[in-house]
Amino acid sequence: MLCDESLSTVLHIDLSKKSFRTEKRPELFEKYLGGAGVAIQLLHENCPKDCDPLGPENPIILAVGPLTALFPLGSKTVAMFKSPHTGNLGESHCGGRSAVALRMAGYGGIVIEGVSETPIYVAVHGNKVYFRDASSIWGLGGIVTGQILREAEAGTGFRTIMRIGPAGEKLVSYACVTTETYRHFGRLGLGAVFGSKKLKSVVISGQQSLQVTDQKLYREIYEEIYENAVTSPLMKKYHDLGTAENILPLNELGGLPTRNLQEARLAQAADISGEYFAEHYLGRRLACSHCPVGCIHIAALREPDPVKPYFYKTSMISYDYEPMYALGSMLGGSDAKGLMRLMDRVEALGLDAMSTGVILAWATEAQERGNISEKETLGLALGWGNYHAYLKAVRFIVEQPNHFYRALAQGVDRASSLYGGRDFALAMGGNEMPGYHTGPASHLGVLIGARHSHLDNAGYSVDQKILAKNLVSPQELAEALLMEEHWRQILSSLVVCFFARDIYKKDVVARALQLSGFSLDPEELIGIGKEIHREKYRFKEREGFSLGQLRIPKRILETPTLVEGWDENYLIKVMESVKEIMSS
Amino acid sequence: MKLIVIDSERCVGCQSCMFACARRHHEAGLAKSCISVHSSGGMERGFNLVVCRACDDPPCPKVCPTGALRRARRGGVRLDLEKCHGCGNCRSTCLLKAIFWNSEINKPMICSHCGYCAKFCPHGVIAALKEEEKLEYAL
Repeated sequence: MLCDESLSTVLHIDLSKKSFRTEKRPELFEKYLGGAGVAIQLLHENCPKDCDPLGPENPIILAVGPLTALFPLGSKTVAMFKSPHTGNLGESHCGGRSAVALRMAGYGGIVIEGVSETPIYVAVHGNKVYFRDASSIWGLGGIVTGQILREAEAGTGFRTIMRIGPAGEKLVSYACVTTETYRHFGRLGLGAVFGSKKLKSVVISGQQSLQVTDQKLYREIYEEIYENAVTSPLMKKYHDLGTAENILPLNELGGLPTRNLQEARLAQAADISGEYFAEHYLGRRLACSHCPVGCIHIAALREPDPVKPYFYKTSMISYDYEPMYALGSMLGGSDAKGLMRLMDRVEALGLDAMSTGVILAWATEAQERGNISEKETLGLALGWGNYHAYLKAVRFIVEQPNHFYRALAQGVDRASSLYGGRDFALAMGGNEMPGYHTGPASHLGVLIGARHSHLDNAGYSVDQKILAKNLVSPQELAEALLMEEHWRQILSSLVVCFFARDIYKKDVVARALQLSGFSLDPEELIGIGKEIHREKYRFKEREGFSLGQLRIPKRILETPTLVEGWDENYLIKVMESVKEIMSS
Repeated sequence: MKLIVIDSERCVGCQSCMFACARRHHEAGLAKSCISVHSSGGMERGFNLVVCRACDDPPCPKVCPTGALRRARRGGVRLDLEKCHGCGNCRSTCLLKAIFWNSEINKPMICSHCGYCAKFCPHGVIAALKEEEKLEYAL
């Protein structure tokens, strides 16, 4: 029995009819908790088989869970949709104020359907839903759009402003949705789905009360989790240097993808490291709503005007490990200022930084090898670390002035199928790789992952902690990866930030869930995790996914990792084991 | 006890204080919070902390027609819910917008300076000052 009824309220918004309705779905939340578990069911219900990801039938599902707005680090919203980038399951998670605002507005989930004929944005203030004209902000960048909507809408401090930039409007298949200037539904092209619906933004606000089963117990468990979140050494890396802390250790291990993964070490890694950024540029730290950790690191880049004397512009630029890998080491870049300018532009355009970096890296190597020339690049010489050229190239990717940039706007799989260079096109399952070349487990985690993203994947730690010492059998690796994968389905259904995975252990989760009226023991939770995972695979297979048909880019086999003694055959065997385990 | 804002420039916007205030009022969620944190026009510009700053000579009791608000001994105000008619004069007069509203009973909610929220501020933005304490804070 759910203690707080509002969690089970799902808001349906129809952009074609400009109408909305709510429905109560307690059975869904009782069985699948919330977040990913509920979102995949809503996707099954609302997304017809083989639908066009950029057509009106593709729904946008947003879901939060029973821990949202109740406990620290319950700060993520799960989005599900059919991905225009892979043509399969799209799942992306975002923090900022999105999750708390959605729950405080009185909902557990939102389903957005249909398409608007003209640019529109939707404002959800508690139980009121407004459809508003967005023609005057269509075409504007994500940062400026945020500035304008902040003034236009109510609810400051209690709201999220999700919006797309020009990349989403122009249907770049890996366009992101940005919230609160610096957080994203980054991967798999939710921005293009927004764009296809002419949906510039969704603003959500609210500040309701929530019911818990026992106030005294609530305070006790809250204080225990909060204390852990602020004092635990497990969270230290996230608040001190932030995720950018990973650059140097990964470089040392030889796991930092460099120059399109021709190498896995960047000689000048120190110049784009978390330490360097903190020392020279860190200007402010920010947090998602209800997260005392504050992992968001913002660099202040002060630059003189090229012509006017004594005229400066200071840009506040968010940096994290993944954009620093993708737009830094992957492009052979060691100029921190150039890297920051590129991160800033990618932010304003509303592109997924990770896919963008991997695509530019492929294009750079393709130009070096002669697959393409300046005819295709429209005069750009995309040399390693040439940020001047990359800044122009990302504009072209969004504007798509020729056949080549139209291909780049659909990802590296598409571009390499037209221009060659498949062996060094670093996408798996159609999505560009994350920044870990630690060994087979990290790549397998992406290949078999239920959401083709980087965060569902514990592979890089399996590589470092287990495989570096001893390459286990394919069967054992498959089991280890799946076990973690099942548990992460629970974390993403609660929904808590994966950075807090060491705080939200099974018994803590079970106790926290009591307050919302769930009585589940850790074993039952794992059972639910398995089922959610199966449900995601059911969707993936329905849309044509098959573990046996995944392309393994040759490059990941060529560049050595700290794990030795594995090859393509090993990867295939692990995937076969995964298939076997899942069908048994 | 008195709640003071030491330095809002240290604030990361986590809003833990807002949730703490609600819990202090035996609530979960954000409806019953007497402190709020919002960006100063975009998170890149930092945050505004909206909470009663315990004015030495508070204007809110002066506009209360029923005498429901009176100045508390160490600053801040005490609200007598029985006397309050919910006219909202206090809310209009507070320059800080620090008088929050309980829409269920249509009456104000004002920080009581209990200091509970300060325990949940991870970055020393706010602090609970004991009577004898003096603390350096940003102007």
